[in-house]
Amino acid sequence: MLNRLDDMLNFHAQALRLRDQRQQVLASNIANADTPNYKARDFDFRTALTSAMGGQPAQGGTALATTAPGHLNGSPELSTSSFLQYRNPSQGNVDGNTVDVDAERAAFAENAVQYEFNLTRVSSQIKSMLAVIQG
Amino acid sequence: MSLFNIFNVAGSAMNAQSQRLNTVASNLANADSATSANGTPYKAKQVVFAAAPVGENGATGVNVAAVIEDPSPMKTVYDPKNPLADDKGYVTLPNVNVVEEMVNMISASRSYQSNVEMMSTTKTLLLKTLNLGQ
Repeated sequence: MLNRLDDMLNFHAQALRLRDQRQQVLASNIANADTPNYKARDFDFRTALTSAMGGQPAQGGTALATTAPGHLNGSPELSTSSFLQYRNPSQGNVDGNTVDVDAERAAFAENAVQYEFNLTRVSSQIKSMLAVIQG
Repeated sequence: MSLFNIFNVAGSAMNAQSQRLNTVASNLANADSATSANGTPYKAKQVVFAAAPVGENGATGVNVAAVIEDPSPMKTVYDPKNPLADDKGYVTLPNVNVVEEMVNMISASRSYQSNVEMMSTTKTLLLKTLNLGQ
C-alpha cells in the first residue's frame, strides 16, 4: 500500500524537483543579463523528466554494471547539469552576452506557473488519498 | 531546494546593480569637478561585472570584479579666466559622458527591478510549497 502511495506521488515529486532546478537556471540567466561573456543556459524539461522517470543515466552519467541477477543496479545520481545546454542567441551582443531578458522572464513566469500546477496536482492527490483512507 | 538558492542569485545581482548605480551617481555628481583631493580632475568610474557560482548545484550569481577608471580622453575647455587653466588657457574637465551615464542608470534600475520581481515570484512559490497538502 505504502509503495503504491509512493508511486503515485513520485511522478509529481520528480517533476517538481526538475521545475525547481530549471527555475534556478533561469534565475541565473536573468541575474547575469548585464555580465559580459555570460552565456545563457537552459535544459529541455521533457528529456530531463523522461530520464528521471525511466531511471536511465543522463548523458555522461554512469550506472552500475550488473553481472549477476543478485546485484543491485542502484539508481544513477540524477543531476540536471548534464542536460544543460547553451541557448542560441537570436541577436548577438557586442560584449559576448547571450541573455535575452524578455525571453528569460517569459520562461521564468511559465516555469513558475508549471511549478504551481504540479503543486496543485500533488495537493489534490493527497486529498483524494485522505478521502479514501478516512472514508 | 534550489528555490532557496534563487534568493542568493537575485541578491548578488541586486547588490551588483546597486553598486553600478552608485558609480553612476558619483560620475554624474562629479561631471564638472575640475580638481580633487590629489589635484587632478575627477575620472569617470565604471564597474566590471563577472559571473560567480553560488551554492553547489550550478547556480550563477553576479559579483563586481573591479571598479575601473574610464580610459576615454579627458575633456578640455578654453577658459583663461579659470584659476585651474594651464599656460595656454585650457582647463581639463572630467571624462564623464552625461548621456551615457543616464542610459547606464536606466539600465541598472531596470535590471534591479527584474531581480526584485524574480525574488517575489520565488517567495510566492515557496509559500505555496509550504501549504502543500492542506
